[in-house]
Amino acid sequence: MGQRKKILAVASGGGHWQQLMQLTDAFEGHQVRFATTLKGLPEEFGVSDFVFLTDCNRHSVLSMAKSLTSVIFQLVKYRPDVVVSTGALPGVMALSVGRILGARTLWIDSIANAEQMSLSGKLAKHVAHECLCQWRHVAEANDTAYAGAIL
Amino acid sequence: MIFATVGTQLPFPRLFEALSSIARQLDEPILGQTAEDQTWPDLETHRFLSPEKFGDCFQSARVIVAHAGIGTVLSAQRWQKPLIIMPRRFDLGEHRNDHQQATAKQVGSLTGVYVVSNAEELGTLLKVQDLTPASSQSSKGKSDLVDYLRNFISAA
Repeated sequence: MGQRKKILAVASGGGHWQQLMQLTDAFEGHQVRFATTLKGLPEEFGVSDFVFLTDCNRHSVLSMAKSLTSVIFQLVKYRPDVVVSTGALPGVMALSVGRILGARTLWIDSIANAEQMSLSGKLAKHVAHECLCQWRHVAEANDTAYAGAIL
Repeated sequence: MIFATVGTQLPFPRLFEALSSIARQLDEPILGQTAEDQTWPDLETHRFLSPEKFGDCFQSARVIVAHAGIGTVLSAQRWQKPLIIMPRRFDLGEHRNDHQQATAKQVGSLTGVYVVSNAEELGTLLKVQDLTPASSQSSKGKSDLVDYLRNFISAA
């Protein structure tokens, strides 16, 4: 095992969070903080180091501004070496801000998107260092990589 | 107890109509998390449940009925419950696109996951008392993805 890294793992509540929880073995040996949008969720999964981000949707500029503010606050405070997200829009924001602050950034598109990449994923493609899709054909159609899937 | 959930983002009244129409043929209470304020005869419904309450309902249920959401599939595997899913349909305005049909096709082959398209099929399955529970199988796809992430972190 190499150097111990600081990881921020971001997922909004629901399926995105559940998928992130499938990947936690990869964080072993590192310092990891989880960021989500739904109160009570981390405790339900036995996660102890967590913060909350304000949720948003793309139809409300105000919600996006609030969300971005919470993302910037948490990123500046934590200064991660790595930011990884399984979705959704707050995750894209965390990757952008994380990248500006010098972190390596990875987007893993939700396995729910079996036919096309999510809108958030299409945005993430422009900001993350690397982007994965959990379907081979979706990865190929979107010029991203496939490296496995949680199911 | 039968626990029905459709996630928190969009309501899915067709699923609860189906459950309500067969509730009286079943000798079992039905509890639903609906993402809306509408109510149905013979169902106890909540618009939203806290993660803690959701976990309690899920764990005390005999069988789960749900939309074809990935989060629900993973919850069923986590708590080893039989899962019956009815995918949302784009043509009925139940979602932004037809990705749940694709998801259903994919997860329908997993252990303990059953796919139905209407009230009749749902009723038939709910009368079966020994449905197989869902369980998480260790797949090569999952360990590949975890390895990829591990290497990404080490190389950062």
